[in-house]
Amino acid sequence: MADTLLEVKNLKTYFYTDEGVVPSVDDVSFSIGYGETLGIVGESGCGKSVTSLSIMDLVPSPPGKIVDGEILLKGRDLRKLSEAEMRKIRGNEVAMVFQEPMTSLNPVFTIGSQIIEALMLHKHLSKKEARDKAIEMLKLVKIPMPEKRVKEYPHQLSGGMRQRVMIAMALCCDPQLLICDEPTTALDVTIQAQVLDLIGELKKKLNTSIMMITHNLGVISEIADNAMVMYAGKVIEYGSVRQLFKNPLHPYTNGLMNAIPRIESDKEELYMIKGTVPSLRNRPKGCLFHPRCEYAKEICRACMPIFVERDGHKVRCWKYTDRW
Amino acid sequence: MLRYTAKRLLQTVIVLIGITLVTFILLNIVPGDPVNLMLGKISDPETIARIRHEMGLDRPWHQQYIDFLVGVIKGDLGTSYFLKESVVDIINRSFIITLKLAGFSFVFAMALGLVCGIVSAVHRGKALDSGLMTLALLGISAPAFWVAIILQIVFGLKLDLLPISGIDSGLCYILPAIAIGSRYAASIARITRTSMLDVIRQDYIRTARAKGLSERLVIYKHALKNAMIPIVTMAGLQLSYLLTGSILVETVFSIPGIGKLIVDSMLTRDLPLIQGTVMYVATLFVLINLIVDLSYAFLDPKIRYEKGD
Ligand SMILES: Nc1ncnc2c1ncn2[C@@H]1O[C@H](COP(=O)(O)OP(=O)(O)OP(=O)(O)O)[C@@H](O)[C@H]1O
Ligand code: SF4
Ligand SMILES: [Mg+2]
Repeated sequence: MADTLLEVKNLKTYFYTDEGVVPSVDDVSFSIGYGETLGIVGESGCGKSVTSLSIMDLVPSPPGKIVDGEILLKGRDLRKLSEAEMRKIRGNEVAMVFQEPMTSLNPVFTIGSQIIEALMLHKHLSKKEARDKAIEMLKLVKIPMPEKRVKEYPHQLSGGMRQRVMIAMALCCDPQLLICDEPTTALDVTIQAQVLDLIGELKKKLNTSIMMITHNLGVISEIADNAMVMYAGKVIEYGSVRQLFKNPLHPYTNGLMNAIPRIESDKEELYMIKGTVPSLRNRPKGCLFHPRCEYAKEICRACMPIFVERDGHKVRCWKYTDRW
Repeated sequence: MLRYTAKRLLQTVIVLIGITLVTFILLNIVPGDPVNLMLGKISDPETIARIRHEMGLDRPWHQQYIDFLVGVIKGDLGTSYFLKESVVDIINRSFIITLKLAGFSFVFAMALGLVCGIVSAVHRGKALDSGLMTLALLGISAPAFWVAIILQIVFGLKLDLLPISGIDSGLCYILPAIAIGSRYAASIARITRTSMLDVIRQDYIRTARAKGLSERLVIYKHALKNAMIPIVTMAGLQLSYLLTGSILVETVFSIPGIGKLIVDSMLTRDLPLIQGTVMYVATLFVLINLIVDLSYAFLDPKIRYEKGD
């Protein structure tokens, strides 16, 4: 499989809490090709961050644990690597930008030293070379006066600037896969657009594969090639962005599409999916979405639907099976 | 940083002037004649008058204060009534000994406290953590003089390993340093654990791990430097443990330091010596505070940049 960079097969990551087992990621499979961007959408708490942390082997443990599945990076199963081997992957082959720009940088070290550290570790550069490279990276992410900024501390930068620094830091060792976990959720709308443009631009320039996690389907339609919709720890729809937007199959995906605000629409209020996300600890029997689904039938309440292929993309809904 | 330092220095000078004033008032203006107190019941009025004159106590109080202040600035705290020696000389001699002792206890306590605290935090919830924290609780509850006596009995009398009094050799400092430092060490261990646990779950620690750094670098570089901010504050505030501890422990181990000097000068009611040591110890506290504040600013860039403006 020469064109697949990352292949995740049947990943299960559970949290063993005092209140019970939480199946945050439950049998999730997907793949990302070289230079490809996969978008992952889903409501808060559906397991998007845990999926990405599982790839990095950074799931907080205890209480979290990857219980099953394979994570193949260029055919190598990351789950079988030792901690020392895994450290050579993190920040080097797979890098991550987190949801919280305000708290993700260490407040007591300068921006520069935090980037330099990664370069010296993975690329074995001298301090001077690493510093030059850090400045170059800051330039790449369009931070003005990078020579001055390298000497500054995180608190001297705005949220948008910090997220740019995080991106520079993630990209400094030329990773093949960049995981962006809602990189813009915590930022102002205008800053959001700038950071997203930057990521789109860098993707073209560097040909890095990206796993983009977001609440926002609009973002996916702009920069992703494939998209995956998650619901309560499971993948419910997965396919190319073009297909998915042209012909969303799952009732939940449909709901999400209708929830995107459209300027041209004269409808006053936003369409909202009624009901709330089920608690992961206490998921409904059968189709996880059935309490909120307008099409739900007896079979939906009784059995979990299997994945079926339809129009080139996969969906987990009884409507598209011959048992409907 | 410069501006902040200047500001703190100015504050310190003001506090120091305040200290001279308070020391002076406490010992000179309070009811009851100091000479009377000093000499006790046996003295006749003539002797009292003579001594009052010798000590300059018959002059108006503001003049006495100014003389005292000028003395302090010139480094002259008068002459001990009983030892007939310059108070400054006596204090300096004792202080070097106390400083040595406090230095040993500080190093002992810091090393032990930091290591135990970090180990506890990293092994949170495991048997090692509970064991160390139980020990720390014991260490905090045990009074220094009690630890001192136990150490004397166990290591001095029973095992005959270490000397238990005087300062004839460097070994003499070991037991008193442990006695003084044990409570401090326990306190450092506890705050280190709390602070590390708080820091370890921060987002930037996850970022450090995501960079591929080794666990050692994550803990000892990224986490510890952040965790040090509350530890240094606490360690500074509780440096007084080392001084108050030394008062009794020096007496137990017959070590002629400031602690023993305070006790002795009180017992002999040597007014100039009491005044001098109180002044000295108070100044010490203020300077320690200054150093703690400045090192705090050194550790936390937010303070370094913001407080100065
Ligand atoms: N440290 C933890 N301890 C216990 N449960 C956890 C922990 N972290 C995550 N979970 C569980 O895993 C579920 C998925 O969390 P995750 O962070 O992946 O959600 P998400 O899809 O990223 O949501 P958001 O959009 O809010 O970031 C949560 O609902 C939570 O119950
Ligand atoms: S399986 Fe049934 S309940 Fe679930 S989404 Fe499809 S139609 Fe709705
Ligand atoms: Mg998340």
